Amino acid sequence: MSRDEVNVVWLGSPTFPKAAHDALLDTQLRHNLKHATTTIRDKRLRAVAELDDWETLRLAGSQIKDRVMRHLEEYLLQLEASVTAAGGVVHWAQDARQANRIVTELVRAKGATEVVKIKSMATQEIGLNEALQDEGIEATETDLAELIVQLNDDRPSHILVPAIHRNRTEIRDIFRREMGKHGVPAPDGLTDEPRVLAEAARVHLREKFLRAKVAVSGANFACADTGTVGVVESEGNGRMCLTLPETLITVMGIEKVLPSFGDLEVFLQLLPRSSTAERMNPYTSLWTGVTPGDGPQEFHLILLDNGRTKTLADTAGRSALHCIRCSACLNVCPVYERTGGRSYGSVYPGPIGAVLTPQLVGVGTSEHADSLPFASTLCGACYDACPVRIDIPEMLVHLRAKVVDSHRGGLPKPEALAMKGAQLVFGSPRRLALAERLGAMAGRIAGLGGGKWLPGPAKKWTGARDVPVPARESFRTWWRKAGRG
Amino acid sequence: MRIALFIACYNDMLFPDTGKAVTAVLERLGHTVEFPMAQTCCGQMHYNTGYRREADSLVGAFNDAFRGYDAIVTPSGSCGGHVRHHHETETAPNVYEFSEFLVDVLEVTDVGAYYPHRVTYHPTCHSLRMLRVGDKPLRLLRAVEGIDLVELPEAESCCGFGGTFAMKNAETSVAMLQDKMGNVRKTGAQALCASDNSCLMHIGGGLGRVKSGVRTLHLAEILAATR
Repeated sequence: MSRDEVNVVWLGSPTFPKAAHDALLDTQLRHNLKHATTTIRDKRLRAVAELDDWETLRLAGSQIKDRVMRHLEEYLLQLEASVTAAGGVVHWAQDARQANRIVTELVRAKGATEVVKIKSMATQEIGLNEALQDEGIEATETDLAELIVQLNDDRPSHILVPAIHRNRTEIRDIFRREMGKHGVPAPDGLTDEPRVLAEAARVHLREKFLRAKVAVSGANFACADTGTVGVVESEGNGRMCLTLPETLITVMGIEKVLPSFGDLEVFLQLLPRSSTAERMNPYTSLWTGVTPGDGPQEFHLILLDNGRTKTLADTAGRSALHCIRCSACLNVCPVYERTGGRSYGSVYPGPIGAVLTPQLVGVGTSEHADSLPFASTLCGACYDACPVRIDIPEMLVHLRAKVVDSHRGGLPKPEALAMKGAQLVFGSPRRLALAERLGAMAGRIAGLGGGKWLPGPAKKWTGARDVPVPARESFRTWWRKAGRG
Repeated sequence: MRIALFIACYNDMLFPDTGKAVTAVLERLGHTVEFPMAQTCCGQMHYNTGYRREADSLVGAFNDAFRGYDAIVTPSGSCGGHVRHHHETETAPNVYEFSEFLVDVLEVTDVGAYYPHRVTYHPTCHSLRMLRVGDKPLRLLRAVEGIDLVELPEAESCCGFGGTFAMKNAETSVAMLQDKMGNVRKTGAQALCASDNSCLMHIGGGLGRVKSGVRTLHLAEILAATR
């Protein structure tokens, strides 16, 4: 990844329409995305259809998260006490900078210059790898897809499948070119067979697992009552990180806390089926503090805020924090399917990114973040797929209103004027009837010239679509003339 | 039962034939339809684009225009969905999308229509996921005499219209449209119908631009057609 500062968003990201423009021109990218998203979409539908209580589970997931948000402070304090009692150390980080500093100091204290990492959104959000690199500490991503992204100095484009934009031939080329620079090189004659690629990654990573003194992870869940922290994954590389090194540092967003261990019953059903379309993920690792003689003997849990309490303060926007990072919303999103994840300019792409990113960084702080809530047709596919029933369309509209309101007061833009104009016209049936007559007249004039190509902002419509010509007689005029009303 | 037609502002101006078709079907079924002249716009475009204040200013007028009716029938799934979900008024629960009204309230699927053409149906997102009309439009279409109804591949994928999205994110919108058009053409249908002229304006605009020869029309216009 580039060395731009990362704090949720990639610095200097263009607005969504601008970024999408480039992505849409990349036919290979569109082909890869279409193939990957439609495959996983169908698999998810089948996995979900197996459970007759799926809707009840979604409701339970949503209600548990709701309760967590209402009593977040209590649960976090309880979690701190439980983790501490089990032999772990809890740290609190207000923002990315603080969290990165805590990790750096902990790694330094161990005298380590490298760490192995489990795939984690929280550490990506704070730009931990870049921060560690600045301090001379090399962080190696051990999730296969994250490794591909990291080796290629690329940016992830999906929450769960960060290299979804790459096909296997591209991956083979990346391995051949980059692996040798960071450790065990790719074997001669590497093919693009998935099995062969996985074996090359296994050999490359094994050396690092065996050498690393410190591992860094995120967390899918943390149970307040027991202090148990959990990570779910598919490859087992996470399990290696969680068991081999002497020290484990976990960076967790504060919203990941669950009231009790029993709540895992709900989430361990919701998450795998929604994310990888599996009944159960291959590796579920749960740990409670430290256990003498078994696994890491030092455990640090960093509780990260980084804009979350600000998001929590907005009662209409806070349910974005319910997200369990399954990425079902990305896979069903027709916009994501065309533009890919990098167009969102944030570590959180897709529909959930469009509602989470602007809240974490603040609405009205950048053109880029403010463009994200508009990157949706409000088709609602994301809401239907969300395992914790986050009403993403409603939240997008809520955030659009916040964006619009943040620009009120100054010189109105053409869009704001058009909206005002429409409000005025619709404010009275007589004004509307007059506007319809004028429209019909204008339509007839434009119609003479074909009505296909319009100037100004309307070009955005007529670039690829004919424009309908207003009817000679509006419905209300017809109704009146027909003596009906 | 007092039935009011809520035509939706863009239909009033751009697609008056849809309003005439809704009226014709309901009258054929023996009902009287009223058109409250005071109606203007439900405010969906304002609301969905973030102009909530402007949208709110239209809610009261909508409620006043439609007060006293047992059913407010609209040929727009998205405007119907908007009113039902976002207008907190006494009239909001009485709003029905046209196919819902026929199937759920009047309990008919065969409305006596005749349309001897190959037709495919696009379920619009708001009718599908906001109002949950399910297969009601298809049940109505299957009962049309002479129709050759063909299934649209990837039917439930959004067409890319999305209101102001079509302008704000025009390129993404058109990329989605191209896939939808490809699927429509695969069916070999002569006509594409839907429960919302706003999506059809976008799909039809694209189909017209490439001179596909596929006609777009509202579901109500098929149901209004007779021998």
